[in-house]
Amino acid sequence: MGMATIRAVDNIGLDIPAGEFVALLGASGSGKSSLLNLIAGLDRPTAGEVVIQGRDLTKLSRDELAAYRRSVVGMVFQSFNLIPTMTVIENVELPLRFRQVERAKRAPMAASSLRRVGLSERLHHRPVELSGGEQQRVALARALVNEPTILLADEPTGNLDSRTGSEVMELIRSLNASRKVTVVLVTHEQAIAEQYAERLISLADGKVIADQTNQKMMVRGDG
Amino acid sequence: MKFSDSIELAGRNLRESVLRNSLTTLGIAVGVASLVAMLSLGIGLQRLASRRLERSGLFDTVVVTSRRDFRNFNRGQENEGLSPEESPELDEAARQKIGNLPGVAEAYPDLRFVTEFRYDNKAHLTMVAGLAFSAKNSDGFEGMQGRFFSAPNAREAIVQKTFAAQLEGRTTKGRPEELNLSDVSRPVLGQPIIMRYSERVASAGEQGAAFYSVLSHELPLTVVGVTELDPDSVRGAGRARVFLPENLLESLHAMQSFDFRDSSRSGSGQPSYGTLIARVTSATKVEAVEQAVKKLGFNTFSILDATNSLRRFFAILDLFLGIFGSLALTVASIGIVNTLVMAILERRREIGIMKAIGASDQDVRGLFFTEAGVMGLVGGAFGVALGWVIGRVINFGTNVYLSRQGFPAEHIWAVPGWLVAFALTFAFVISLISGLYPASRAAKLDPVQALRYE
Repeated sequence: MGMATIRAVDNIGLDIPAGEFVALLGASGSGKSSLLNLIAGLDRPTAGEVVIQGRDLTKLSRDELAAYRRSVVGMVFQSFNLIPTMTVIENVELPLRFRQVERAKRAPMAASSLRRVGLSERLHHRPVELSGGEQQRVALARALVNEPTILLADEPTGNLDSRTGSEVMELIRSLNASRKVTVVLVTHEQAIAEQYAERLISLADGKVIADQTNQKMMVRGDG
Repeated sequence: MKFSDSIELAGRNLRESVLRNSLTTLGIAVGVASLVAMLSLGIGLQRLASRRLERSGLFDTVVVTSRRDFRNFNRGQENEGLSPEESPELDEAARQKIGNLPGVAEAYPDLRFVTEFRYDNKAHLTMVAGLAFSAKNSDGFEGMQGRFFSAPNAREAIVQKTFAAQLEGRTTKGRPEELNLSDVSRPVLGQPIIMRYSERVASAGEQGAAFYSVLSHELPLTVVGVTELDPDSVRGAGRARVFLPENLLESLHAMQSFDFRDSSRSGSGQPSYGTLIARVTSATKVEAVEQAVKKLGFNTFSILDATNSLRRFFAILDLFLGIFGSLALTVASIGIVNTLVMAILERRREIGIMKAIGASDQDVRGLFFTEAGVMGLVGGAFGVALGWVIGRVINFGTNVYLSRQGFPAEHIWAVPGWLVAFALTFAFVISLISGLYPASRAAKLDPVQALRYE
C-alpha cells in the first residue's frame, strides 16, 4: 500500500473575461468541481496562481478569502445546500448577516433577490417544504443577494427534472445577460452547456482537453 | 457577523436540538446549584456566627484583665510576658494609663453584681452592669426600643428584653427569640424601678488592719430602654440583664464580687478592678490598643481574637464547599464540550455552506462560542434559582431538626448578591472555556471537505 498523489487539477491555464458564460464540461472526477472550488476561494492549489479581478487568491489570508466569497462570488450547488433549519428568507438573508448588513435592510434585500428568481411567496417556509426547482431558486437568490460579479454553479440542474432545470438555467442566462455577471457553470451534460454557455471548456483527468467557443450559441446569436 | 446575529443564530441552533441542549444546560444548572447551595450555607453559617458576635457589642472594645487574675479569656497569654507575680495591679493608676493610650476613647471598670430590683411591688433578682455613656453608638444597641441614657450619670436603666418580660410577669419558656421586642418593651418603658444595693464604705484601721462597713440603699430609676443584647454573649458574660450608666454605678460604691480580695490588700485606699473595658475610637485600632495594653503587663481580649480564628475557619470552610460545588460544574463543562463536538459533527455540512457563502473563521468560532456562553448563562440562571431553593430546603430541614431538639430557629443560609453574580460569571466563564476547543475545531473545518459531508 502506498500514497498515490492524484492531481485533481493539473497544469491548467485559463483566462475568463468578465461577463462571460463559461461551461466546464467533463465526466465525474475530471476535475471540474475542483477547478470551481479554486475559483470560489474554497480551496488552494498546491502550485500556481488563481487571479481574480487582479488579486491572486493563493496569496490571500483565510479572512480575506472569506471576504472575497462574501462580496465577489455567489455559489449554487447541485444539492442546493440550503440550511434546513432556516426559512427561505432566512437562508437568503444569511450572506447579508456575514456582510454585517443592518437588520432592517436585510429582509427587503432578501425579498428582492427572491423576486428576481421568481419567488415571492412561501418566504417563511422551510426548504423541505419546497420543490427541488424552488429550492434551487432560493439557492440562486442567496447567491445573488450580495450582488456578486461572478456566479459559480456546480451542476445546478443535477437534481432537477429537465423542465425545472431549464427554468433555472434560463434564470442564470438572464442574469448573465442583464447584469453582466460572469457565470462559470460546471456540468456533465453537454446539451445544457451547449444551450446556455458561450464557451465550452472540457476537462479530463484534471487537464483541459478542449476550450472552444460555443458554435451553436454563435449561430443562435447571429440568427 | 454582528454579535446580535451570533446570539440569534446560537439561540436558533440551541432550539433545534432542544432535548440535548436542555440536558446539557440542566447539567450546568445542577453544577451551579450545588456551588450556590454549598456557598450559601457557608456564608449563612458565617453570618450567623458574626451576628452572634456583633450582638455582643464588643467590636470596639478591649477587655483588660490583670495577669494576677487567672480568669483571663486568652489561655495562650498565660505563657507570655510577665509572670502573674511580677505583673501590675489593675487599679486606678492602670486605668489612667490605659485611658491615655492612643486610640482609647475611655477606660472604665466592668462593674457588675447581683442585686434586687423592685418593680410593681415585686422583687426580681438579677445581674446589673455598668454601661459607658460612649457605648451609645455601639452595634449592640441597634434596634433598641426606647432610648439610651440621657446623661452619663442619669438615674435611668436599660433592661434586657427577657428581664422586661419577667417584670411584666411573662414567661419566655427558654425561647427568648420568640419574644417580640416592641411588644415586650411597651409596658415597661418609662416605668419606675427601684434598685436595692449595698454600699461598701472602706476605712483603714489601726496597725494596718483594713475593714469596711456595708450600708444598704435603694435607688429609684426609670426604665428608658429595652434591648435585644444577648445575655449569653461575651459582653453579657455575667448574664447582666439590667444596665445602668457606668458613672452612676461607680459613684454608688456598690459591693463587688472582688471586694474581698480588694480588702485583703493592705489598705492602699486605691480601688482595684477585676476587669477594665477599654473603648477604642475605631474598630481598626483594636489590635494596636491590645498590643499596647499587653505591653503594660495585662491580659487582653477582644472580638478580633474571636473573629480572626472564626474568619480563618470560614475561609477554609467556604473554600472546601466551593471546591465540592465546583466539581459538579466541572463535570457539567465536559457535557458542554461533548454537546458542541457532537453539534460540529452534525452541522458539518452547515458549517461548509456558511463558509461557502462568506462566513469567516471568526464568524463560525463566534457562533459556537456564543452557543456555549448561552448554555452557560441559562444554566447558570437556573442553577442559581435551584441552589437558592436547595439552600432554603436545607435551612428549613435544619430548623425542623433544631426545633425538635428544643433549639430556636436559625437562619443558616444566605444568598448575597455577589454570590449570584459570582455563580453566573463562573458558569459563563467555564462554559466559554469549554467552548474554546469545539469553536476552534469548527472554525478550522475545511469548507470543501465539510460540503462533501452527508
